[in-house]
Amino acid sequence: MMLTFIIFGLLLSGSIAWVTDNKVFAGIKFQAKWVSLLSVLALGSCFLLLVYFSNQNFQQLQLFERVSWISSLNIDYALALDTLSITLIVLTFILAVVCILVSWEEIQEKSGFYYFNLLATFSGVIGVFSAVDMFLFFFFWEVMLIPMTAIIAIWGHENRYFAAIKFFIFTQVSSLLMLVAIIAMAYIHQQQTGVMSFYYQDWLMLDIKIGVAQYLMLGFFIAFAVKLPSVPFHSWLPDAHTQAPTAGSVLLAGILLKTGAYGLIRFVIFLFPQASENFAPIAATLAVISILYGAKMAFAQSDFKRLVAYSSISHMGFVMLAIFSFNEIAYQGAIVTMVAHGLSSAALFSLAGMIYQRIHSRNLNDMGGFWQSAPRMGGFGLAFAAAAFGLPGLANFVGEFLSLVGAFQVFPIMVVFASLGLIGSAIYGMLLFQKTFQGVPLKQVQDLSVREFFICGSLLGLLVVLGFYPNIILGYAFGVFA
Amino acid sequence: MSLLASLPLYPLLSFLILISFGKRLSWVMASWVSVGAMGAAAFCSMFLVNQLSTSDTSVITAHMWQWFSIGSAKVNVSFYLDALSAVMILVVTGVGFLIHLFAAIYMKSDENFTRFMAYMNLFIVAMLVLVLADNLVLLYLGWEGVGLCSFLLIGFWYQEKSNVLAARKAFIVTRIGDTAMVIGLFLLFKSLASLNIAEINQLAQTTISFTSNSMNAAHSDAYWAALLLLGGAVGKSAQLPLQTWLPDAMAGPTPVSALIHAATMVTAGVYLIARMNGVFLMAPEVMNYVAWLGGITLLIAGVAALAQNDIKRVLAYSTMSQIGYMMLALGAGAWSAGVFHLMTHAFFKALLFLTAGAVILALHHQQDIFKMGGLLKRLPVEATLFLVGLACLIALPGTSGFFSKEAIIASLWSSPTAGPSLWWCAILGALLTSIYSCRLFFLAFLGKARFPENLVISDHIETNKLLRGALFILALLSLFGGLVTVDLSSLFSSYKPSVVSSIDSPSWLHIVAIATPFIGIIFSWFYYRRYRIVTDEPLTASHSAWIVFCRNGLGFDTLYSTLLIKPYCFVAKLNKNDLFDQILMLIAWYVRIWRDILSVSQSGSLRWFAAAFGLSLVGLICVVTL
Repeated sequence: MMLTFIIFGLLLSGSIAWVTDNKVFAGIKFQAKWVSLLSVLALGSCFLLLVYFSNQNFQQLQLFERVSWISSLNIDYALALDTLSITLIVLTFILAVVCILVSWEEIQEKSGFYYFNLLATFSGVIGVFSAVDMFLFFFFWEVMLIPMTAIIAIWGHENRYFAAIKFFIFTQVSSLLMLVAIIAMAYIHQQQTGVMSFYYQDWLMLDIKIGVAQYLMLGFFIAFAVKLPSVPFHSWLPDAHTQAPTAGSVLLAGILLKTGAYGLIRFVIFLFPQASENFAPIAATLAVISILYGAKMAFAQSDFKRLVAYSSISHMGFVMLAIFSFNEIAYQGAIVTMVAHGLSSAALFSLAGMIYQRIHSRNLNDMGGFWQSAPRMGGFGLAFAAAAFGLPGLANFVGEFLSLVGAFQVFPIMVVFASLGLIGSAIYGMLLFQKTFQGVPLKQVQDLSVREFFICGSLLGLLVVLGFYPNIILGYAFGVFA
Repeated sequence: MSLLASLPLYPLLSFLILISFGKRLSWVMASWVSVGAMGAAAFCSMFLVNQLSTSDTSVITAHMWQWFSIGSAKVNVSFYLDALSAVMILVVTGVGFLIHLFAAIYMKSDENFTRFMAYMNLFIVAMLVLVLADNLVLLYLGWEGVGLCSFLLIGFWYQEKSNVLAARKAFIVTRIGDTAMVIGLFLLFKSLASLNIAEINQLAQTTISFTSNSMNAAHSDAYWAALLLLGGAVGKSAQLPLQTWLPDAMAGPTPVSALIHAATMVTAGVYLIARMNGVFLMAPEVMNYVAWLGGITLLIAGVAALAQNDIKRVLAYSTMSQIGYMMLALGAGAWSAGVFHLMTHAFFKALLFLTAGAVILALHHQQDIFKMGGLLKRLPVEATLFLVGLACLIALPGTSGFFSKEAIIASLWSSPTAGPSLWWCAILGALLTSIYSCRLFFLAFLGKARFPENLVISDHIETNKLLRGALFILALLSLFGGLVTVDLSSLFSSYKPSVVSSIDSPSWLHIVAIATPFIGIIFSWFYYRRYRIVTDEPLTASHSAWIVFCRNGLGFDTLYSTLLIKPYCFVAKLNKNDLFDQILMLIAWYVRIWRDILSVSQSGSLRWFAAAFGLSLVGLICVVTL
C-alpha cells in the first residue's frame, strides 16, 4: 500500500502544487516550489522507512502490491522492489530534491504547472522502477514521457519545440517496438500455459525458442538502447538536454537515462538470457562505439550543455558494456556507474544552469576566467569535471574501473578500445573546465549563493563518499546476480 | 590510528583549512599551517623510517578500511612501508618541507597565496598515497591525484593562455600513459586475480600461466602487463615517447617545478617500475625496452638541453635526462642504483630549481640566460649554491650525484638486459650533461652582465634567512647525501638469466666513467669561451635551423601535432553536427517533403480536383486494362 501511496502521492502533491500555487489559504501563501519540495522530502523519507522496516530480503524481487486491474486480459497492478530498484529510486528522490532546488529561481512562469509536470515525471519514473506487470510498466513508461516532453516544450530554451518533438518521437517509436514485444510475450504465455499473463515473474518461467526470443529481445533492446542512449539512436539526447530547462536536463541525464539501463538489466538480460548472450558481442561493440563517439563529439561542442550531453552518451556506454559482459564484477560496476553518473551529470547540468542564470549563454566561447570572480564555483566545476573524467576518489572512477575490470575478463580487446574513452574524457573534461574557469576573465560573475552552494556541496559530498566508500551501494545492490 | 596512517593526514588537514578559509587567512597564518603541516609530516616520516630500521620486521602496514572488492579480491585503503617506500616518503616529505618553506617566501606577494599552498599540500597528500599504497588501485588514486595537482599548479597563473595550454597538455599526455597503466591493471587482475602489490610480485614469479606464452600468442601476459605498466611510467616520468609535456610544464611557479617536475612526481614512474619489479623480472624483453627508452631519452634530452635559452627549460631537459639514467638502471636490473639516483637527484635538482628561482626573482622574472651573465659578483651565495647543484648533476667525484650515477654506469656493461652499447649511451649522456651544465653556468653567472645596469636585486630574496636556510640544507644534502648508502638489495630479487653472462667488465670502464665529466668541462671551457669572458661583443642565441630544432625538443611536438592532434580536431570539427543525427533527420526531411507535396495538391480549386480526378481515372483504367 505504501509504495502506491508514494507513487500517487507524488502525482497528487503535484496537482496540489499546481492548484494552490500563489494562492493564500489560512493566511499562508502557498508556493508550488515549497509544496513540491516538502512533499518530495516527506515521500522520500516514507520510502526509506518503508524499505528500512520491511524485513525482507531484497536480493530477490519482493512483491508489494498485486491487484487485478484489467481482468479480461489478466493485467494486474503489481509493484515489487529489489536492491536494484531501491538503489535507483533513492537516486531518483535525491535528484528530485536537486531538480526542485535548481528550479527555485529559474522557473517564474506557470510555475504551478511546471512543478506538476516535474512531480508527475518522478511518479512515472518510480513506477517504472517498481512495476512488475509489463502492461503497468509500459503505462508508467508513457507517464514519465509526456510531462517530460511538456517540460522541454514549455520551459525550454530557444529551440524547445523541435527538441521536445524529437525526444517524443524517438522515445515513442522505440517504445512501440517494446509494446509489440510485450504483447507477443503475453501471447506466448497464453500458448504455453493457456492463460494470458503480463506478470514479470510468470514470464521468467517461460521457455521461449531461441529464434523467437532473439526478435523479442531486440524489441526490448531497441527501446532501452534509445533511452540509454546508445549510438546510433542517441541523437535525441543532445537536443533534448540542451534545450530543456536546468531541472529538465538534470532529470533526463540523472534519472531518465537510467531507466534504459534498468530495462536492459531487468528485462533484456533476465527475460532472454540466452538470446542476449548471443547478442552480447554486438551490444558490446555498440557500447564501445558509444564511449568513443560520445567522447569525440563532446570534444567538438562549444555549448556547455551539449558537451555534457555527449559525455553522458560516453558514460552510458560503459554501463552497456558492463551489462553485456555477463560478469558479476562488471555488473556491480554498471550499478555504481549509473548512480555516479546520475550525480555527476546532474551536478554539471546544475552548474550549467547556474552559469546560464548569470551570463545568459551556454556558449563556452562566452565564458572564461570565471575563477577570478567566482572561485567557489570554480572549485566545484573542477571537482565535477574531474568526476566526469573518472578521477579516483570520486564515485565515477569506482564504477568505470569495476565495469572495465569485469568486462576485460570477457572482451579484452573491446575493453582496450573502451579505455581510450578515458583519454577522450580527460580531453573534453579539461576543455570544459578550462574554457569556463581559466583564461582571461571576460566577465565578472557572482559566486554561488547559499542555495547553489548547498546543491553543489551535497552532490560533491555524495560523489566523494561513494568514491571512497562505494560499499554503501555495492553491499546493497550485490545480490541480483546471485 | 597508527602513525603511518596519519602521515598524509597532516598535509590533508592543512589543505582543507587553506581551501575553506581561503583569502581570509593572512600570509603568516597560511604559511604556518601549510609549512607546519609539512614539517610535521617530515618529522613523522623520519620517525617511521627510524622505527622501520630498528624493528625486526622489514615492513610496517596500516589498514584503514576496505575500499571495494573486485570479486573475491579486496581492494583496501591500506599503507605499506618498506625500505623502498621509506626512501620515497623521506624524499617527498623532507624535500617537500624545504620546498614548502621556500615557496612560502617565494610566493609571498602572490594574491592567491593560500590557493597555491593548498595545491602544494594536496600534491603531497596524493604523492604520499602513491608511494605508500599497498595495492595498485590505491596507487592509481595517488597517481591521478598528483597528475591533477600538477595540472592545477602548472596552470596556477590561469589568466595566461600559454599556462592554460601547458597545463592541459601535461594532463592529457600523462593521461595517455595512465590509460595504458589501467589496462595493465586489468590484465594483471585477469591473470593473477589480485591487485595487491606484494601479492602480485609474489604471484608473478609463481604463476606459470602468467609467464609462459599461451598457444597462439607471441608474448606472455607478463610481457604485456610489464609493457602496459611501462606506458604509465613513461607518461609520468616524461620519457620517450610521452616526454613532450615536461618542458612546457615549466610554466608553473618555480617551487612547483622544483617539487613536482623535478624532485617527486616525475620520479613516480621510476618508483612504479621498481615497485613492480616482480612483474618486470618476468619480462626480460621489457626490461630491455626500459633500458633502451632510458638510454635514448637521456641522449635526446641532453641534446635538447644544450640548445635552450630559458634557465628552467635547461633544468627541465636535464631532469628528463637524469630520469633516463634511472630508467636505464631499472632496465639493467640495478634497482637499488636507480632508486639511489632518484634520491640524490631529488636533492640536487630541487637545489638547482630553487636557486634558479631565487635568481629569477632577483632579476624580476627574467628567465632567459642570454639576458643574465655576470651574476657571480651580484649574487655570490646563489652562484655558489648553483655551482654545488651543478657539480652534483655532472657527478664530480665526492658529490652525491657521483655515487649514484657511478653505481648506475657500473652496472650497465655486464647486465643481461643492458650491455655495452647502453653503457656508451650513459657515458655520452654524462658528457652532454657536463657540457650543458657548463654552458648554463657560464651564460648565467660568468661573462658580461647583460641585464640593465641599474637593475635592483629584489631584496626579499637577498635578505631572507629562511629562504637561504632551505637552500643551504638542500646543498648539504646534495653534497653529502651520497654517503647515506641506500641498500635495497634485500628488497629486490635479482634477475637470474638462464645463461650466465660471460661478459666481464673491462678494467678501464671506471676510469672512463670518472674522467668523462672532466672531459666535458675542459671541452666547454674552450668551446664556450665567449660565454664566460667579459667582452663587448653582443651575445645572442643562435638561430641556425639545427639549434632551433633542438631547442624545440627535436620536433616531437610537431610530429604529435600533425599525427594526432590535428587529425582528431579535424575529425571532431568535420563531424560537429553528428553524422548519425543527419542521417536520422533525413527521415524527417522526407516526411516533410511529402507533406509539402500533398498540401500543395490540396489547393481547394476545382480545376485541380477535376484534373486529378480525370488523370486518376485514366490511370486506373490503364492499370485495369493492361
